[in-house]
Amino acid sequence: MQLKTFVSQLLAAFALVTVVALGAPASAQQINPTANSVQEQQLLDALQGQGTVSGRVSIPDQRSADLIKPGNPGWANLHNGTVSTLSIVAILGTLGLLTLFFLIRGRIRVESGMSGRMIPRFNAIERFAHWMLAASFIVLAISGLNLVIGRAVIRPIIGEGAFGTLTAWGKLAHNYLAWPFMVALALVFLFWVVHNIPNRIDLQWIKQGGGILKKGAHPPAGKFNFGQKLIFWAVVLGGAALSFTGIMLLFPAETATPADWQLFQIIHGVVAALLSAVIIAHIYIGTVGMEGAFDAMGKGEVDINWAKEHHALWVEEVEARESRPRGRAATPAE
Amino acid sequence: MARMKFLCDADRCIECNACVTACKNEHEVPWGINRRRVVTINDGLPGERSVSMACMHCTDAPCASVCPVSCFYTTDDGVVLHSKDTCIGCGYCFYACPFGAPQYPRVGNFGTRGKMDKCTYCSGGPEADRSEAEYVKYGTNRLAEGKLPLCAEMCSTKALLAGDGDIIADIYRERVVTRGYGSGAWGWRTAYGDSVSV
Ligand code: HEM
Ligand code: SF4
Ligand code: SF4
Repeated sequence: MQLKTFVSQLLAAFALVTVVALGAPASAQQINPTANSVQEQQLLDALQGQGTVSGRVSIPDQRSADLIKPGNPGWANLHNGTVSTLSIVAILGTLGLLTLFFLIRGRIRVESGMSGRMIPRFNAIERFAHWMLAASFIVLAISGLNLVIGRAVIRPIIGEGAFGTLTAWGKLAHNYLAWPFMVALALVFLFWVVHNIPNRIDLQWIKQGGGILKKGAHPPAGKFNFGQKLIFWAVVLGGAALSFTGIMLLFPAETATPADWQLFQIIHGVVAALLSAVIIAHIYIGTVGMEGAFDAMGKGEVDINWAKEHHALWVEEVEARESRPRGRAATPAE
Repeated sequence: MARMKFLCDADRCIECNACVTACKNEHEVPWGINRRRVVTINDGLPGERSVSMACMHCTDAPCASVCPVSCFYTTDDGVVLHSKDTCIGCGYCFYACPFGAPQYPRVGNFGTRGKMDKCTYCSGGPEADRSEAEYVKYGTNRLAEGKLPLCAEMCSTKALLAGDGDIIADIYRERVVTRGYGSGAWGWRTAYGDSVSV
């Protein structure tokens, strides 16, 4: 009896100890190390669709420490939406407007007819710089546009393989012809900036709508009229913006952050679309749009009657210079 | 057809990097390219958490939407793959991807990034399944062998799940209900538009 009581007491004590011993780790397991750790939704809410959820990685590539960038698809939409729509609208829109203008106004003729007497307008170095700028621009514009809409326009026609090869070549051309473009841009700026400072005479040109809308109207202009000045500054400023953003795109390791790269990319695409529109109009007026205009950049000299109609003040300047005896002192610096 | 996804149950991830190593080894991924990595948030602080991340094979993948040569395609299993033959290495997909998945062999100054490389969900590329050409460019094609991605298969804590999205979401949901907490299916909201509701 006594032994029985003792054994049962012993068992009871043992049971108690066991319960206590097992109970302790059981309650320790309730504390989970991650239950109160940061939650994804908290981080995303804090970022509100922008910025980066990032941490630390043990591999030697710090860029991969960025875990989630919820804003990146937004850049994708800007590229696919805004940039591509703007490119299409700018180019087709300009072509449409020019066609309309051609149908209404027709070719702008030299009203007094060609005299056959030419005066020099652009020397060989100026023309070289212009054509270097033009040729590189056209290749840059086409290879750039191909990156935006080529996959929708050209790929269905020539197939994935050929389109990949073509675009790879286009990319090489874009990356390397950027440099002659920048050199030519700098030259053109240096050669012509003095003639492109806006002045009072431009007001008359603006008042008469450039004289392009009706026949017989010829507002006075110097070497460049106000329309040409606008094109000059669009090319210089737009070209500078494209050069800067383009270089940033070319050297992603030097561009501060991926977000900066994205911004430069969008600016590059938008400026390219706008400048392409300006250049299409420029090409139109320099070729089909106006009789006698192409000679200026083609041969370097223009018919005196063309010059009198479109750049009367410039003709006066040139003639005044020529009637004076040749000599260093007599040549104005212009 | 299944809709394949990854799900990292971050409450189980112990940052052992076995998934990272398994991937590199399985596909002979070159130096400098990491198709999968483990990111630790709040490292060394209270509330620290590790998440294993690779390409999430997004719905309406942003990478595919920006690619100027349209070299991406989505398989019947919902896996986002691309053709290295067509890729021009422009880098656009890297800037479009919310998860930093696209990787390049080189830093990329002067347009020299090289062909993009990323997680293939262990399912190769456009070449014939399990061909030598496919292996050299994209690594092994485990899916064609009826196997799931190796990273998830070898995860020691089964934190990283791979498989049909509905099934792994169910597994995750059950875990959250059983243990009483969960930090969310990391990346799902961004990749698929909505997360796993518990
Ligand atoms: C002046 C120096 C320029 C540089 C350094 C430059 C560089 C670049 C780079 C690096 C890219 C990214 C794609 C790639 O890696 O090939 C790019 C894209 C592009 N470039 Fe340029 N570029 C320049 C001038 C121009 C010009 C003059 C145009 C045409 C008007 C142009 C039009 C474009 C377009 C449309 C894109 C594609 C944008 C997009 O995908 O949204 N670029 N450029
Ligand atoms: S995770 Fe990145 S690379 Fe993968 S499908 Fe989504 S956007 Fe594309
Ligand atoms: S790097 Fe290759 S896959 Fe990525 S967007 Fe450019 S061409 Fe397409």
